Amino acid sequence: MSNSNFTRRNMIKTGAVAGAGLAAPTLFSPVWAANHAGYTNAPQGGSVTLGFNVPQTGPYADEGADELRAYELAVEHLNGGGDGGMMGTFTVGGSASALTGSGILGKKVEYVTGDTQTKPDAARASAKSMIEKDGAIMITGGSSSGVAVAVQSLCQEAGIIFMAGLTHSNDTTGKDKKANGFRHFFNSYMSGAALAPILGANYGTNRKAYHLTADYNWGYTTEEAVRTSTEAIGWETVAAVKTPLAQTDFKDYVAPVLSSGADVLILNHYGGNMVNSLTSAVQFGLREAQANGQDFQIVVPLYSRLMAKGAGANVKGIFGSTNWHWSLQDEGSKAFVQSFGTKYGFPPSQAAHTVYCQTLLYAQAAEMAGTFNPCGIGQALEGLEFDGLGNGPTLYRAEDHQCFKDVLVVKGKENPTSEFDLLEIVEVTPAAQVTYDASIFGGDLGTCNPGA
Amino acid sequence: MEAFIIQLLSGLDGGSAYALIALGLTLIFGTLGVVNFAHGALFMLGAFCTVTLQRLLSLSHEVIDESQKDFLGNPLKVKVPYLQDWFGEATSNAIIDWSVPLAILFAIPVMILIGIAMERGLIKHFYKRPHADQILVTFGLAIVLQEIIKAYFGANPIPAPAPEVFRGSYDFGLLLGFEPNRIIYPYWRLVYFAFAAIVITAVFAFLQFTTFGMVVRAGMADRETVGLLGIDIDRRFTIMFGLAACVAGLAGVMYTPINSPNYHMGMDFLVISFVVVVVGGMGSLPGAVLAGFVLGILQSFASMREVIEVIPGINQVVIYLAAIIILLTRPRGLLGRKGVMED
Repeated sequence: MSNSNFTRRNMIKTGAVAGAGLAAPTLFSPVWAANHAGYTNAPQGGSVTLGFNVPQTGPYADEGADELRAYELAVEHLNGGGDGGMMGTFTVGGSASALTGSGILGKKVEYVTGDTQTKPDAARASAKSMIEKDGAIMITGGSSSGVAVAVQSLCQEAGIIFMAGLTHSNDTTGKDKKANGFRHFFNSYMSGAALAPILGANYGTNRKAYHLTADYNWGYTTEEAVRTSTEAIGWETVAAVKTPLAQTDFKDYVAPVLSSGADVLILNHYGGNMVNSLTSAVQFGLREAQANGQDFQIVVPLYSRLMAKGAGANVKGIFGSTNWHWSLQDEGSKAFVQSFGTKYGFPPSQAAHTVYCQTLLYAQAAEMAGTFNPCGIGQALEGLEFDGLGNGPTLYRAEDHQCFKDVLVVKGKENPTSEFDLLEIVEVTPAAQVTYDASIFGGDLGTCNPGA
Repeated sequence: MEAFIIQLLSGLDGGSAYALIALGLTLIFGTLGVVNFAHGALFMLGAFCTVTLQRLLSLSHEVIDESQKDFLGNPLKVKVPYLQDWFGEATSNAIIDWSVPLAILFAIPVMILIGIAMERGLIKHFYKRPHADQILVTFGLAIVLQEIIKAYFGANPIPAPAPEVFRGSYDFGLLLGFEPNRIIYPYWRLVYFAFAAIVITAVFAFLQFTTFGMVVRAGMADRETVGLLGIDIDRRFTIMFGLAACVAGLAGVMYTPINSPNYHMGMDFLVISFVVVVVGGMGSLPGAVLAGFVLGILQSFASMREVIEVIPGINQVVIYLAAIIILLTRPRGLLGRKGVMED
């Protein structure tokens, strides 16, 4: 793709979009839509194609498989199949959503899939293929921040909307944010802000923390967020050690922790890294140890049920945060769990939840805008206030395209009743407590690119 | 001082895994002359022998518990292992708890059979082909094996904990006169080190003190002459391939409580094991063991925070730097034999 934001053609289109946005701040008229059909992969005929870009191979393949199940469910619901899931609970501005089960803007929803392999290059290649060969109007998915940032950038260049999947780094909607990219999932800052008060209440404010941090983008932002928030409640950071992403045995990193003077180990790891580092920490007796006259503690800032399963009993009693959990009892969560569980026989993961929400949100934005033009959809999503999707009242903030909603602080369950019952919700941290100034992470959204 | 002792223990522990895998690799290379890039996959298959046995022991029937609800609000289906029906809850739990050590007994015949099948079915056709062909075919086999495992067991790690009695850690510091909690090390990692020592000793004893081992060693030194004496050396080498697969598999079985098994775990060890073999000296069994421990200890010390702060990233390259230095000063490796891979 050779589209650039600074071509004469795009400048004119962007100006038109901005003008239309000013003229119609909440809803786009059909006339506006009819006059702005020139965009990448404008749907022809009676169907519209979405591109689901998830890890189908590699270490996050199970997470990708769960995302794919949720996408298939969302497509089924959008086309009027199944029980409708969260479409029945989804509200926008206090009213029922515009989704009626007749596809998106009357067009039947179809989809193609790509394999990110959890590698930025592979993810860009599969997204590019879906855009250029399959005519995908929107790309969504992923289980890694590196992939999300790379694909988001590609979609910006191509003039396609990117609805991020599981990506937790501040950078996705911070320094690397793009006008065409939107994230429903929470981020590192929110994890830190939600966790710190709970850690303070449970472990006290006189603590010395030792961080082990995955040596890549997400690890850095998570360490920074948790350090900042825990130091704000009086904790001291004894050491912060970067661990290679490819590390499998963490003994060399865990062995010196107890003699370092620390009494808390914070594992800024995800996926296989988290499973292995937590296993090492438990093996080295840290959970039963005493340091500085207190019980030694371990914290995992970002939890995933699928990963908790890999760590087994090692997660018991360990605090962390998560975007969503199937045990939530709001109407949206119950509807989603019922729908997903009935179809697949087990509860959905947080990755499945966020991608299902993203698909519905995209469809809603298209209905509101009356067009598939990415600039129209972007404008509809910016500042969108909605509810009924499992996280309480939520805002898609216009300034950085980040969703602000309640964050869950969870703890590994001591006595699980089933293989899915691994985490218990300790606190639902209100959105207001995890909201921050959009400018603190830098970056520039730029202008939306409709492509074509 | 505490840090030194901890890193030394850590190095011995890491080195024991390297040594076990490299020992199997060297056995195959030394006997059959095959560069086996599927050796990491054999380690992984061993780990999944544990997972398989764990699942077999946990085979259950479902009992409806009306007093509890599942995630959909239906009465909970509680899984009751058949073992529990047969032997009672306490015995059943004890057997499942000891599934990792029990998996050794399960893995020995399975891995020997896999090794023999691999050698007879595929690798024997590549004996006279260039090493590049052997590398390609065994690497391809490794990928096929790991994809089969992923398709059946999934991509996520599967927990396989050590028996309850070995889950804690030992306070070495108290033994050496330090304050409590200064030098602790997990029991299971000490068990792994001891297990590796036993397996290595057993392999050496088998080769050194049995007639079969003597013939194999003679075959490794001069295959043609042994053949001319009327001994079917190929059959013995096939058995040695099975034995090497078994050693790699046992290393994988006992590794499962250290890192939860996943389909990719063999690849994580593959490159480093080849470095160990080369540093030890191609075809040298004592060299492979020595290099495994030396490089494990080096890597452990290079991972110290104080070292990384001075030379960032050194822990990732120290093994390769050491390999370069050793090969520059001793081109045949630490204990390499003349004539191996030199023609």
